[in-house]
This record gives sequence, C-alpha cells and structure tokens, in this order.
Amino acid sequence: MDIYAEEIISHYEHPHNRGKLATANAEFHDYNPVCGDDITMFLDVKDGIIKDAKFDGAGCAISIGAASMLTDLIKGKSVKDVEKMGVHTVVDMLGIDPGPARLKCATLSLKAAQKALVSYSRTVT
Amino acid sequence: MPIDVDSVREDFPILSIKNDGKPLVYLDSAATSQKPKKVINAVTRLYRKYNANIHRGVYRISELATGEYENSKKSVAKFVNAAGMEEIVYTRNATEAINIAALSWGEQNIARGDRILITEMEHHSNIIPWQMLAARKGAYLDYVKIDRDSYTLDYASLEEGLAKSPKLVSVTHASNVLGTINDVKSIARKAHEAGAKMLLDAAQSVPHMPVDFRDIDTDFAAFSGHKMLAPSGIGVLYAKRGLLDQMQPVLGGGDMIKTVDYQEFSSNDLPWKFEAGTPNIEGAIGLGAAVKYLKKLGMENVREHEKALTRYALDKLSGIKNVSVFGPEDVEMRAGVVPFEIDGVHAHDIATIFDSEGVAIRAGHHCAMPLVTQVLKRTSLSRMSFYVYNKEEEVDKAVGAVTKVKNKFMIE
Ligand SMILES: Cc1ncc(COP(=O)(O)O)c(C=O)c1O
Repeated sequence: MDIYAEEIISHYEHPHNRGKLATANAEFHDYNPVCGDDITMFLDVKDGIIKDAKFDGAGCAISIGAASMLTDLIKGKSVKDVEKMGVHTVVDMLGIDPGPARLKCATLSLKAAQKALVSYSRTVT
Repeated sequence: MPIDVDSVREDFPILSIKNDGKPLVYLDSAATSQKPKKVINAVTRLYRKYNANIHRGVYRISELATGEYENSKKSVAKFVNAAGMEEIVYTRNATEAINIAALSWGEQNIARGDRILITEMEHHSNIIPWQMLAARKGAYLDYVKIDRDSYTLDYASLEEGLAKSPKLVSVTHASNVLGTINDVKSIARKAHEAGAKMLLDAAQSVPHMPVDFRDIDTDFAAFSGHKMLAPSGIGVLYAKRGLLDQMQPVLGGGDMIKTVDYQEFSSNDLPWKFEAGTPNIEGAIGLGAAVKYLKKLGMENVREHEKALTRYALDKLSGIKNVSVFGPEDVEMRAGVVPFEIDGVHAHDIATIFDSEGVAIRAGHHCAMPLVTQVLKRTSLSRMSFYVYNKEEEVDKAVGAVTKVKNKFMIE
C-alpha cells in the first residue's frame, strides 16, 4: 500500500502548528533512534482541556505529517481523550496503515503528547 | 575472468522471490549478504548427516563435525593469509571480535593516560569498545579526521595522532558509509613506527576484495561471516600468534581449558583458548563453504565486478537533479557502497518508497553516528551497496525509484 497519501506529503511540506508555544505548560521531547526523528510537543492545558498544541523538530514525512495532523486533532480535546488515544487513532487520522517498520515514526508525536501530559498531571496534583 | 552475474544469481534462491509481484532488488549487502545454495546446503548437510558436538565425542560423526569445523578455520586462515588456523579465533561477529581484543589485550596493555587512536569513519563496533576501555582505564581516545572534500582520511591528522604515541591504532579497511578504502598497509607501518599495535576492522573489506593480513602487517583484524555469504553468528578475530599467546582469555568454560582442578585451570592451545563453550558449529561450516564459493569466483573478480557497478551507479545518480552522492569519486579507492540523498526528503521516506518498488536499501545513521551526524551533518542517509549477485539493471531500478520519490514529493 502507498503510505505517502497526498495529504501526508502536504502536511510534511507545510506543517500546521510548527514552532514553540509560548503559553505551553506541558512539553516533552522525544527521539526515535531508528530514523533520527526528533520531536518536541508543546501543550497549553487548562481545566483538563488542551487549549493549544504545537510541535517542533525534524524528521521523516510520516513523523512530521503525523505531528502536524495530531496537533490539529487534539486542540480542544480533553486530557482524558488524548490519554486514551492509541495506534488506531493515528491510523484513522493518517488514513493509512504505516506498517510495522514505520509505526514508530507515526506514533512518535502522540507518545510525546501523552508523556507531556503525564509530567503535567504530576505537577498539578 | 569477469563474474557471470546471471549464473551467480542462479546460486541465490532468495533472488527469485517476489513481493507484491515485484522481484527483490537487494541493495543492502553492506548490512548483510544473501546466501548461496552451497552455504545453505553445507549447513543442512551437517544437520542431516553428521550433527554432533565437536572436540568431545570419540564416535564417527563427532569426528566428522570436528574435522569440518577445523577445515573451516584452515580455509579462513588461508583466505586472509594468516600464518595458520591458530591465529583465527571464531566469535559471533566483527563486533565481538573487537570487544575481545579490547577486553583481553586492551585490559592488559592500556593504562591510565595511554592513548588509543581511531578515525572519524569508524562503525560503532570500532568506537564503543574503545570508549568503554578508555573509561575503565582513564585512557584517551583520539580521532583521525576525515578530509571533508575527498571523504578520505586526512593523513596529516593521522601524523598528529601518531605523534602522541598511541598504544593502539584501530581503523576500518573500508567505510560502510562512504565506501572509502583506507591505505591500511601504510597506516600499519606508521603505527608500528610510532610504537603502536594495529587493529583492522575488515568487516567491509574481506567480503569484497583480496585481503592479506600478513602483507598489511596488522596485529589484529575483525570481520563477520554474515557479510560474506555465510550464516550470521559467526565472525573472526585474527591476531598475530605472539599476541594471542600473551593474551588472557575473556570467557571461561568448556573447550578453552587444558586441565582444571578445584582452584585453577590452564588454558587450552590456540585458538581454542578464546572459544569457551560449544561454538557456532553450523556457522563455522557455513563460513567454510562461503570462503570456498568466494575463492572459486576469485576475489579480484569480485572486486572488479563491484567497482564496475559502483562506477555505473555513481554516473547514473550524479546526473540527477536534487540528488547528491557522498564518498570518494575514484572507484579505485572506494568499495561498493553508494550513500545518497534527495533534497527535502528524509532517508526513511526514500527507503520506504524504494521498498514499494521492491528495492531494498538502507536508511539511517548506519551505526556510524560520529561520521554521519558530526562530519556529514546529517541525521540519516540512504545507501545502496553491492555484491556479487547485483547487476546494472538493478541499479536502473533504483534510479527509477529515485524518480518515483521525486514525483511523490513534487521535487523537480
Ligand atoms: C565497517 C564495519 N565494521 C563493523 C561492523 C559490525 O559488524 P557486525 O554487526 O557483524 O559485528 C560493520 C557492520 O555493519 C561494519 O560495516
């Protein structure tokens, strides 16, 4: 199957929500040693809701495309919703199954977002 | 005699598989090689006809297995021109061979403040064991620089390193990333003049070109069977006999001893002293068969074949807009390794799109992070590499896949 759907390439070439988020109160930097993908997630969380999300970093089309789509997806969602997201969420979001070799690239940004939320909830509770 | 690639391909069953209807174009032999029938059959023949432990049984099939294990060592010794099979220690791979050298010779001979000299183009397997040794001993690890324009070792930087009187110079014969072939005979001579011992990482040379350890005059060498048509799990540590005699074993157990009492043991003769426990018998027998196969092709012919393919690939790729190729321009100084990039596309995306065309290439830092990230300033690179069974049509398919990548990413 062709995992390079036009939409992914378009997000890769013109990513949404890229850059640092000044208002972020949760962030996490993650690295995929296989590809060298390097992504930092910035979240602005208030009253259990993701108010804003941005990412920064460099990587392959799958990881950058996924990070771009994910930041769109989680804005306005509750922390609980994001915590529940998994591989199926990413596959639905991308519209393709990246396959075992590229799954790490596709899920890197979601994992980073979830880890950011873990450290966030530690600081608020 | 040039290699008849079509008849060589008949010897490799895997080359007839198809993925989604597309034939396998395997351009990743620097990572591991495919296996010819002769090797596959040698391994299954052991299992079917004479499988037994070696150096123990007095019965017929154990004698046969022991004989074939030792024959394998003898042919490997001849293949690299060691003085004898006493100088050939079987390990799991090149990595384990270098680690044994570090844990045995290194542990005994490197002291606080000593220096070890390696180069910027080493594979992690020829970096980490020395970092670990240096950390244990309080020794220094120095690097010979790469000339950024020619992708060859900077020989002035080598002289600077040698002027600090290192105890060991450890250098790769051929780079798995750039393909650069180093003038290791002159490096060995200079190392010896500076009072150092020399270790040669021959993982990318022994499979691909004639290599003569005694002519190079290296003290140690390491290579892996799986990169030279043999099974994985078998590799070689070569060392001059005088050094092996002085070195202490790293692992203790069966087979490496002569006698044992309650408190002490005496070590076995070479090379068994370094092979504790039941070895990889099938791997060794497979390696023996691989060496026989390569000898029949002739290592000069193997080298010529890869040189021609490399020239062909370099010419094809260098004409393509927005594609850059790394490594020495002159194929006389270059093994069959062609790293490249396409502007604006990540190496892993390239490899995935190649895969959808049936073309297997490597993408990543190639286990040489100092070279890829510090010298070349990349997070990852794509790489094609060649062996005896590759042909020009396969390079053409790879070039076709480059076009496919560029179309997908809308690159000119
Ligand atoms: C130059 C070089 N040295 C050492 C190695 C390590 O080989 P192995 O993983 O078989 O131990 C490799 C493998 O890629 C290599 O290319």
